[in-house]
Amino acid sequence: MSENQIFTDFEVVELIEEKQINFSEVLTGKNFYLINIWSSWCEPCKDESEYLLELKNNTPVMMIGINYKDKKKNALNFLKLYGDPFDQIFIDKQGTISINFGAYGVPETFLLNNDYKILKKYIGPLSDKDVYEIKKTINN
Amino acid sequence: MIISQLGYYSLIFGLLTSIFIFFNSSIQLKKNNLVISDKTFGLIGFQFFFVFISFISLIYSFIVSDFSNETVYNNSHTTKPLFYKITGTWGNHEGSLLLWLLVLTGILLGFILKSRNEPNNYRLLTTLFQQIIIIGFFIFVLKTSNPFNEIFPVQTEGLGLNPILQDPALGIHPPILYLGYVGTSIIFSAALASMISNYVNKSWAKNIKFWVLFSWIFLTGGILLGSIWAYYELGWGGFWFWDPVENVSLMPWLSLTALLHCILTLEKRELFKKWTIVLCIITFALSMVGTFLVRSGILNSVHTFANDPSRGIYILTFLLVLVLLSFLIFIIYENKNFTQKSEIFTLSKETAVLINNWFILYFLSVVLIGTIYPIFLDVILDEQISVGPPFYNKLILPFLIPFVLFMSIGPSMKWIKTNFRIGVKSFLVIVFTLILSFITVYYIGEKNIFVLLLFVGFFYLLFKSLDQFREKTKNFAQIFSHTGFSLLLISILLNSFSSKEIVKNIQVGESFTLKNEKIIFKKIAVEKEKNYESIIGFFEVLDEKNKIINLQPEIRIYNEPEMATSEASIKTTLFKDRFITINIIKDQNFFNVRYQHKPFMIWIWISTLIIMLGGMFAIFRKNKEVNI
Amino acid sequence: MFMKSKKLSTIKILSILILFYTNFMSIALASTFSEEQTVNITKNLRCLICQGQTIHESNSDFAESMKKYIKSELEKGKTDEEIFSSLVTKYGQWIVYDPGISRNTLLLWSLPLLLFLIGGVIIANKIFRKHEL
Repeated sequence: MSENQIFTDFEVVELIEEKQINFSEVLTGKNFYLINIWSSWCEPCKDESEYLLELKNNTPVMMIGINYKDKKKNALNFLKLYGDPFDQIFIDKQGTISINFGAYGVPETFLLNNDYKILKKYIGPLSDKDVYEIKKTINN
Repeated sequence: MIISQLGYYSLIFGLLTSIFIFFNSSIQLKKNNLVISDKTFGLIGFQFFFVFISFISLIYSFIVSDFSNETVYNNSHTTKPLFYKITGTWGNHEGSLLLWLLVLTGILLGFILKSRNEPNNYRLLTTLFQQIIIIGFFIFVLKTSNPFNEIFPVQTEGLGLNPILQDPALGIHPPILYLGYVGTSIIFSAALASMISNYVNKSWAKNIKFWVLFSWIFLTGGILLGSIWAYYELGWGGFWFWDPVENVSLMPWLSLTALLHCILTLEKRELFKKWTIVLCIITFALSMVGTFLVRSGILNSVHTFANDPSRGIYILTFLLVLVLLSFLIFIIYENKNFTQKSEIFTLSKETAVLINNWFILYFLSVVLIGTIYPIFLDVILDEQISVGPPFYNKLILPFLIPFVLFMSIGPSMKWIKTNFRIGVKSFLVIVFTLILSFITVYYIGEKNIFVLLLFVGFFYLLFKSLDQFREKTKNFAQIFSHTGFSLLLISILLNSFSSKEIVKNIQVGESFTLKNEKIIFKKIAVEKEKNYESIIGFFEVLDEKNKIINLQPEIRIYNEPEMATSEASIKTTLFKDRFITINIIKDQNFFNVRYQHKPFMIWIWISTLIIMLGGMFAIFRKNKEVNI
Repeated sequence: MFMKSKKLSTIKILSILILFYTNFMSIALASTFSEEQTVNITKNLRCLICQGQTIHESNSDFAESMKKYIKSELEKGKTDEEIFSSLVTKYGQWIVYDPGISRNTLLLWSLPLLLFLIGGVIIANKIFRKHEL
């Protein structure tokens, strides 16, 4: 999805409890949502973890992880090793959930506001500059 | 290292010779002296010699892997087989431009040698204009793309050649294509020269016809090689993608084809003088646009290996100057020399040529607009659109039917005036065409009436062209190229409507079926070559008669640079190709197998060769009268 | 009289041409949901992370996901047009190979046709009006 566009609803499955819910139900109660597509086999995702943790600890954003084409065991291991920055994580076994966002692959990050509008879209791993930009957007 | 230096200085000498030739021929033009100009023509030989030495030095540097040379370092590797070391010379931006320059000077030499009996001032003027182009390219090569840049410290190993370019067809594709592209430069120079020297007449047409045919044949061959390469190397069984880089080679081909028909008319009837000159200019401009689009990296395409905008801007500026210059000359000399008294009758070969040009120029405009419109939209409105096959199919296919009908009857028209008589034979041809078209459409199971109409048109062209064999004075050039063209259209149509494909993820030992065939995945083997490692899949196909056909697709993992390519395994028969590719699926024991039936593939290549053969007939039988 | 009948036939030819053209434009894609329909859709989509490949031809992660996505959308009963338009809003017009007719592409489609008509007029002039040049 290109920036400034609102998506239609779809169903997602939670990583740990494997419960199925509508994605719109996830996006409630916050002003900003950060959606990050990641995978345990994705090298740049490892470096990206610290940026995500920093955002989680220093901003009131809700962090949503989309675990892309991964095995549950590997994904949980990855979170143990590099830290878990997410409030909620959903599975994208086939890569089709990511297409709903208009994603190209892993890693990719989207910043949404409470109107479900995509404010920012980052293809590839986040950088210092991107984190600064996200913080600025949220704190204004 | 010394050889590389030699190449560089040889280039400088080449440039100096060019400047000298430019001034020398200008002076001689003023003097109107007929004797000394032989010296100038000798200098042209020297100029070619210098560029040739330079080119040989670069090839040598590639062969001995001289990594003090930046071009060699960036594009070669010691483990490459000798053949790819050599073809690597022009498989990159710098080397390919040097090749371009070599052809540019070589063509001028060829022109001078072949035009001994032409007026001296026409030859001198052609030399002059060609020198402008040559000097422009010399400066371009030396300033932005010097193939002899040194690097220090000297590296011990190179970066390698892109694996998808390591292919025999692609090795010889650029030189062939360039002969076609660059051949148009001499057409351009000669057209301007003929305007100024008041030589746009029958004998000029005779003189320049050779170079039109020359460019046309090589361009056809270049496009053919590119298609063949795409077919088996890119691994999905297509041969034409309406990719911008393909379009860029198709455009000058189309205008050359139109020009070819005009030149022949000019030769016979002294007609269409202005239009012929305009086509000469357009053809060369399109070849230059091709270079600009490819070299600038503007195109999102598999072919782009240069991403330097300054290079593109240089070529674009240079092109604009040349086009402005040529139009200036055109405007100045337009009314002075172009008197045309002949009348055109409605039913005549002249009319047929006009209609031919009308349609070809339309097809050209579709391809041109389809290729550059997205670039403009992106620059001006920042909107990105894709213009793909659906666009070209919709705008070209419907027009193809009337086009081939005109093409069928055109050759039987007479010059000046035709009296049509519809005999029993022509009626029989129509009946036969209709029956065959119905059978074909029924056989491939296509219910669409427009597919039927396309077949009717194409078959009619085929039979009408073959019918020409019965004529007393056979024109083999026309018969072959038109027959080839109709066969090409028929094969493409059959191919696109009856290709079959199946994609499966399977393990060793498993099998699947397509139509009446059973495909068995026998085993997998790993082999190590000098420049790559390959995983080979062994497949057995049991056809409807239970005959075994073996196919061995590969996945090659190249070492320098590290990259995996999928090598198709193809078994060709007269009526269909069996085409198989495999791919690794990440983290799994399965292989992704794509098996295809591609009907009449070989006929696409054969018919293009027949088209080229037609062109060769026209060249080698030039003493006899050549009709369209 | 002779001239007139000739003119009439060119008009006929032109009208037949237009007829061909409009009919060609209206050829629809496959009608029922099948493997073929998926292929028809994926053949018209650009693999955005590849170079010059369609989704159908590519084996990349992106293309594989897209194929599954399109199958699931078709299973949900979405039409081809709905799928194309939702992908265009997600990824932009760049993803579809058919540029379609819109404000931005009006010139793209009409310019070649316009040139064809202009060429036709020029040639008709040359052939039918016998003035000296």
